This record gives sequence, C-alpha cells and structure tokens, in this order.
Amino acid sequence: MKFTSVFDIIGPVMIGPSSSHTAGAARIGRVARDLFGRKPKWAKIHLYGSFAETYKGHGTDVAVVGGLLDFDTFDERIKTAFEHAKNEGLEFEIIPETANKEHPNTARIVMGDETSEMSVEGISIGGGKIEISEVNGFKLRLNGGMPAILVVHDDRAGCIANVANCLAMHHVNIGHMEVSRIERGQTALMVIEVDQNIEERILQQISLIPNITKVSKINN
Amino acid sequence: MDVLFHNVRELVELAEKENKLISDIMIEQEMNMTGRTREEIFAQMDRNLVVMEQAVERGLNGVQSVSGLTGGDAVLLQKYIASGKSLSGDLLLDAVSKAVATNEVNAAMGTICATPTAGSAGVVPGTLFAVKNKLNPTREQMINFLFTSGAYGFVVANNAFISGAAGGCQAEVGSAAGMAAAAIVEMAGGTPAQTAEAFAITLKNMLGLVCDPVAGLVEVPCVKRNAMGAANAMVAADMALAGITSRIPCDEVIGAMFRIGQTMHPSLKETARGGLAATPTGKALAAKIFGSAVQVD
Repeated sequence: MKFTSVFDIIGPVMIGPSSSHTAGAARIGRVARDLFGRKPKWAKIHLYGSFAETYKGHGTDVAVVGGLLDFDTFDERIKTAFEHAKNEGLEFEIIPETANKEHPNTARIVMGDETSEMSVEGISIGGGKIEISEVNGFKLRLNGGMPAILVVHDDRAGCIANVANCLAMHHVNIGHMEVSRIERGQTALMVIEVDQNIEERILQQISLIPNITKVSKINN
Repeated sequence: MDVLFHNVRELVELAEKENKLISDIMIEQEMNMTGRTREEIFAQMDRNLVVMEQAVERGLNGVQSVSGLTGGDAVLLQKYIASGKSLSGDLLLDAVSKAVATNEVNAAMGTICATPTAGSAGVVPGTLFAVKNKLNPTREQMINFLFTSGAYGFVVANNAFISGAAGGCQAEVGSAAGMAAAAIVEMAGGTPAQTAEAFAITLKNMLGLVCDPVAGLVEVPCVKRNAMGAANAMVAADMALAGITSRIPCDEVIGAMFRIGQTMHPSLKETARGGLAATPTGKALAAKIFGSAVQVD
C-alpha cells in the first residue's frame, strides 16, 4: 500500500503550483540532503520524463534546490531558492535528460563536498508523496514516511546482527528492513525503517562497528 | 497498523455496519496506522482547513500568475453572482468561483493544501466553502468533510492513481471532484452508500480527461478544469441525494479510470506535448512565456 495516511491525500500544505513537480521535488531534494548528512557544496540535478519536460513551468528546479537547502514544501523561500543557494555556497546544475525511466517523475541528484560524494534517485508518485529508488547505485524503496537508517557496509557475516543489536540496546524497534549488495563479498547496504527518529549518538555508535563504512538517516 | 478498508465497498459496508460516518472510519484508520490520538489528527486537519480558507480568501481578492495566463476569474464570477443574473444558480457558481480562487493562488505560487494534488486543489475547498453557506455546518463537520474526501482519495490513490503524470487529469481533477461529491453528500445528511454513488457518478463523467497543460504550467486548462470539477461534484451530489444510483459500482469505475490512464498516450499525461498544449495558440503561448519553441509530438 503506497499511501498510508489521510494526510497523503489531504495535504501537503505547499507552495504551488504542482504537488508532484514542486512539493514532491522539494521533498526529494530534502531527503537527499538528509541522506548526505549536511549541506552539499555542489549538486548535479538530473531530471527525467515529465520532470524534464515541464520543470521550468512547475518550479521543479527551484524546489529541488530548495530541498537541498533544507526548505520544507510550504517554505516561501522555495521561490527564490537559486538566490539562497548562491548565498549559502551551493553550486548546482540542472540537467534535463531524454532517457526514459520507469516512473515519469524521476530526479537523480549527484552531490558532494570536499570529503565525499553521494547519488540519490527519487521518484514523485503523486500528491507530493515520494519514494527514494536508488542510493549510490543500490536499488531500494524508501518512502520517507518513516524515519530510516541507511548503513553502507562490507558484505561480511555478522554485520547485520551487530547493527540490529546496537539498535536493540537503545530500544529502537525495527519496522521494516531491506538488505542488498552489488556483488557478493563487496559493498552492501542495509535500509532500516524504525519507529522513532534516531539520535546522532546512536548513528555514531553504529559507525564504530567493524566493517561499517557509512551511516546516514532520514528523520520524519 | 491495520488498514480498515481497501476499496469503497469495504469502506461503505464498515460505516453502515457500525452506523458511522465515512469520516469516522477514516479517522479511526488514521489512528490505527499512526498511533496518534484523535485530537492530534483532528488538529492537523484543522490546520489544513485554515490554509484552504486563506487560499480561497486570497483568490477572491484577485491574484495574477507569474506567466500572466491566469488570475482574476474568481473575482469576475463573484461580481456576476452579485448581479443576480446567474442562470445555473448562485450556490453552484459560488463553488465554482471558490475552486477557481484556490487554483489561481496555486498558479501564482501561493500557499495551498493539495487535495489530492496541487493542480486539483480547488475542487474540495471550493465546494466546501460554498455548501457551508447553505448547510451551516459546525467546525467539526467542516473538518469531517476533509476526512470523507480523504477516505475516497485514499482508495483511489492505492488502487489507481491521483497524478496527471501517471493517469491524466481524470486521476487528478476527476478524483478531486469525486471526493468532493462524496463529502457534500455526507455533510447534507446522505447515507454512506449515497456518498459512493456520488463519487461514482462524478468520476464516470470525468473518465478519459487528459492532462495537457499549456507550456507545462498548472494554469491552462487546470484552473477551469477545477471549476468544472466543482460543478460536476455539486450536480452529482444532488443526483445521489435524490436517490439516483450508478449502474456501474464505484470500485469498478475507479478500475476503469486506472485502465484508461494506463493506456493514455504519454503526450497526454502532463508532458505538455499533446492536447491543448499542442494547439497553435498553446504553442505560441509557450514560446512567448519561455522565449523559445517547445517540443511537441
């Protein structure tokens, strides 16, 4: 079931003109920033399908940039997000693509700063609701409706149990979990949806577990 | 985390069995799914209602979009109603003008509440604030109007789609109009079964509607589609309250909308490449706004 709340239907409160192309785009940008963990210094924003065809009219470009600056869907600053990006030192490029993606409203954000880089692909499925479909090349499905932790790790025995134990120690309940890897024995990803927002110190503890390379989170 | 209903049939059966309103069932499900209290859920919906009220008010004072394509029609309609010459009735035109007002604010990048989307955000509040003057509802009943709308939107979103890019305008304004019709029926004292008839009658008459925004902007024809969505909802609600039923059950109408949307050509699904967007005037407007020709199939 994609839509779980009545407020997915009656809502969000947002700056017009399009829930898919403006509010959804802002949310994809904001979740991408959340996953990156801080404001990126640069971002390449690739737009596909209807996003690529109509982004100018819908303010999709300002919305994604606004999201990367941590603006919510109803933040009036979205309208002038390009100026805010300039002032805050975020360089960005909007790249409309012609390739067909599975979903008509897809955005792929490649972002980084001097220490790291990350790619996040999101789709806007209607009414402002989004799903994250790919992070750093890993396919996944994350709807941003629940707080979640993403853990990049080496594909070794015990990794998953160690992370689950760490969460158990802090009385964090796991609602849904997905694990995937690009190749056996190489890099793998855990996507863990949890019932409450995660404190920074828990993330730090997880990052100290052996074979863990990166930990990020989405709060709700 | 239990879902109480997956389709309209289950929703109506549950309401009738427990002698409750459709809005009651929606609130209970929200409590089940989120673990939040009734008060918290009600308060959030009240805030959405406030945003809707402010958007209608702002639009009735007159707004203009950045492109200049839309704005000011809500004001024209209000003046016309005041002249006492309206043919289709003051209440109907009031709903239409308030739907237009909301969408004009949306097009001007103002603050609105998506119902179910921004492009279709006028229909539900437009009809709500019009029938309010006739039915004199309590604040609670006005908030319930939004929960009833939400219950139907919830079913459509999970069984079909609510975005123009996925299913055309029938999925957006079509859904919004059906949601509004169902909520009007409940506010007017109709039965849960009659809310479903109103939804079915409305959506049947918006099947096949394409999403063809000129220049890709949520303005032409979106603002006037909201106007007609509101009119459609009002008439369908009256028909259902009169005892008229749909020969095709509500869930099957939603299924038909889904299949039509799946087979709809991509040029007619919010890509601005077909329909009105591809007319000579549509293309000329796009070129004027963006200073260059747009790609058209």
